[in-house]
Amino acid sequence: MKRRHFLKSSTALTAAAGVTAPAIFSPLKAQSRQETLLVVAENTPNMMDIHGVGANRPAYEVSWNTHDRLMTYGVKKDSTGQDHYDYSKLEPELATDWNVTPTSATFKLRRDAKFHDGTPITAKDVKWSFDRAVTVGGFPTFQMRAGSLEKPEQFVVVDDHTFRVDFVRADKLSMPDLAVPVPVIMNSELAKKNATTADPWAMEWTKNNLAAGGAYKIERWQPGQEIVYVRNDDWKNGPMPKIRRVILRIIPSAGNRRALLERGDADISFDLPAKDFSDLKGSPKLNIVGTPVENAMQYIGMNVKQKPFDNVKVRQAIAYAVPYQQIQDAVMFGRAIPLYGGASNKAKGTNWPQVHGYKTDLARAKALLAEAGYPNGFETTLSFDLGLGAINEPLTLLLQHSLAQIGIKAEINKVPGANWRGELLKKSMPMITNTFGGWLNYAEYFFFWCYHGQNAVFNTMSYQNPAMDALIDKARFASGADYDAAVKGFVDMAFDEVPRIPIFQPLLNVAMQKNVTGYRYWFHRQLDYRQLAKT
Amino acid sequence: MLNLLLSRLATAIPSVLGVIVVTFLLTRLLPGDPAAYFAGLAATPQAVAEIRAKLGLDKSLPEQFLVYVQDLLSGNLGTSLTTGQPVTADILTRLPASAELTLLALFLAAAIAIPLGVLAAVKQGSWIDHLCRIVTTAGVSLPVFFTGLLFAYVFYYLLQIAPAPTGRLDAFLTPPPHRTGFYLIDSLLVRNTEAFWGALAQLALPAASMAIFSLAPLARMTRGSMLSVLGGDFIRTARASGLAPRTVIFTYAFRNAVLPVITVLGMVFSFLLGANVLVETVFAWPGIGLYAVNALLTSDYAPVQGFVLTMAVLYITLNLAIDLLYGLVDPRVRLDA
Repeated sequence: MKRRHFLKSSTALTAAAGVTAPAIFSPLKAQSRQETLLVVAENTPNMMDIHGVGANRPAYEVSWNTHDRLMTYGVKKDSTGQDHYDYSKLEPELATDWNVTPTSATFKLRRDAKFHDGTPITAKDVKWSFDRAVTVGGFPTFQMRAGSLEKPEQFVVVDDHTFRVDFVRADKLSMPDLAVPVPVIMNSELAKKNATTADPWAMEWTKNNLAAGGAYKIERWQPGQEIVYVRNDDWKNGPMPKIRRVILRIIPSAGNRRALLERGDADISFDLPAKDFSDLKGSPKLNIVGTPVENAMQYIGMNVKQKPFDNVKVRQAIAYAVPYQQIQDAVMFGRAIPLYGGASNKAKGTNWPQVHGYKTDLARAKALLAEAGYPNGFETTLSFDLGLGAINEPLTLLLQHSLAQIGIKAEINKVPGANWRGELLKKSMPMITNTFGGWLNYAEYFFFWCYHGQNAVFNTMSYQNPAMDALIDKARFASGADYDAAVKGFVDMAFDEVPRIPIFQPLLNVAMQKNVTGYRYWFHRQLDYRQLAKT
Repeated sequence: MLNLLLSRLATAIPSVLGVIVVTFLLTRLLPGDPAAYFAGLAATPQAVAEIRAKLGLDKSLPEQFLVYVQDLLSGNLGTSLTTGQPVTADILTRLPASAELTLLALFLAAAIAIPLGVLAAVKQGSWIDHLCRIVTTAGVSLPVFFTGLLFAYVFYYLLQIAPAPTGRLDAFLTPPPHRTGFYLIDSLLVRNTEAFWGALAQLALPAASMAIFSLAPLARMTRGSMLSVLGGDFIRTARASGLAPRTVIFTYAFRNAVLPVITVLGMVFSFLLGANVLVETVFAWPGIGLYAVNALLTSDYAPVQGFVLTMAVLYITLNLAIDLLYGLVDPRVRLDA
């Protein structure tokens, strides 16, 4: 019923907008094409609210473009001259100015900012939204906790346009965590009107309705088919976006997404196979940009709680048996950053991921296996997520072949996408290939999830080493030389003990028409419409 | 007639009950844990448990079944986790999309296949019979997704005469207000010719590729059925009595041959409606088959159950309609009921 009402009001809206548009092929249509961005994607957002239960990645994109946050990240040029968000620089969004002390941060809010319905945005809306994020549980609460933002008492309304966050501990991720997609600012009055006693945070209503004040409003929402955004012309929290309308169409077939781009019917897309991006690289019509995904890697994980992978020599043997270059060429078509073949296994800095010293060397792998007491190899299972089969399947086949040459018989186990997370949680797969990326670009953030003895889901190897835990915990709250030493310490340990073998750092590829400008890489890997323009 | 209707409906009830139980159990047997899937990237076992409780998956199976049946009785099929919408609403918007496409494809197929089959039977061994054989063989040998991809490649990518395969309507057109859910009808109701032609242009390629596939069973069945009827004594008698060939073929032979054709028509329709996932994928058609498959891939129970139930009810209604149609076409059938 609610949905019908929403559809009705949105069709009324579009009908009103369409009154001036006469017959087919009007010049108006051509003009609107110029001001409209057509995005084609594979997956559909499942709600408008990033706090919702099970909000998927496309839903983050909806949330990011329709809501404001207190702060956003600055921009820098990457090594290829492309725009890249700058994680070291926080910039104003709703907050115009802030003052950080060791115990709190005080934000001055923009005075003329309004929500889509015209209500002024005040500090009580910010508090309500943050209270919501730390209370509703699941992903938003978890993400807030990553920045030590844990309970509603931390968020204080000083006056209508002043807002304070009290820190529970000194955590260098607190401020950056306030600029990620989760702490959005919602129209608290509007949301409360649609809340019920069973649902005090209006989670049900915000699935299909916006209580927001961001740069774009939603004009039409057809779940699973398309979303039409229209620019919020009263937006005050940043430079006015150039694109007036954005149409996001769901095109399930990868071949058609490519055809639409090549024919110039679609403007931009992330969702093409690596091979298509590599083919289109030389296309005169399209612009292909590949940005290394920060803090992310494809790796081989070995379960150190099981034989034979409890033996470090076996793990090192496998690290010498991975056909790195073949994977780079035949699976990734060169569109990835190699993480192998460095001079040694010593850390080269505090950046992450970085290259390790292993390279394909079957003789050495065989020798290590013999030393470990497995001169004739052994049998094991190699599992992967079929949901990402385009990369995982050829990769595991190459690895299987290579392992066979040192006597290891690896049976390939394809796990359907829906089961993968459940299988990871069980931590019973002996050997897997997987990919992981962290939003916040700090080595210790990655290690906290993937190597720490707390044994989170993403520590897929069940690796537990008190010495490494100490270094990770130290790095989280240290700075300067102490920090550098801690990071280098756990990186050295990770390479030496090698419970996971990094293979490559993936790229975030995007294909767009030549006349689309202003594309910026974001850590959340979704498209920010606000900086884009068509010339 | 009413008795027939009631007795048929009565036999349908156990099937529906069976379907409800089986779908419930089947979706629970599916491997995969929706809670883990939807817990998000940084899930801890605790976050997964929270989601599991929210989805009601921590209850015992009989309890879950009770909740499911109660919801069903109030017309609530649950909420899809992939689209975030109530399943009933999703199915109501997607079923017309599939139905519009399927009906058009079936109409196209029948318009070609039935005359072709009749002619092939009448002029057995002639060039038209061979044509019929070629068309039907080609039709069954070409998988729908292949013809679909081929059509999209040739007519959209190379020749540029077909519109972009982006779904039911060009991205720059506004869909007509929802009345029947059939864009062709809805756009005519509000006299929006732009949307009408737009929708028709989008329908052309997917409908054609589905029509080619369904041509084969229809044409073969028409031909076979016509052949056996034409060999009958009463046709010989009619011919001997000097009736015009047209009257013999259409009034006597075709009317008797049409029963199995209707059965096949019904089967092809229900098959196409639910099973044209591939065409829907190729043409980004927001239909019900694509919806069900996406739900299956994410272990999203509610839409799968909703889909199977809808299809079961649809099959049962369709079979009922065909039974009734038999009676109209051939009065003798009524005695069997």
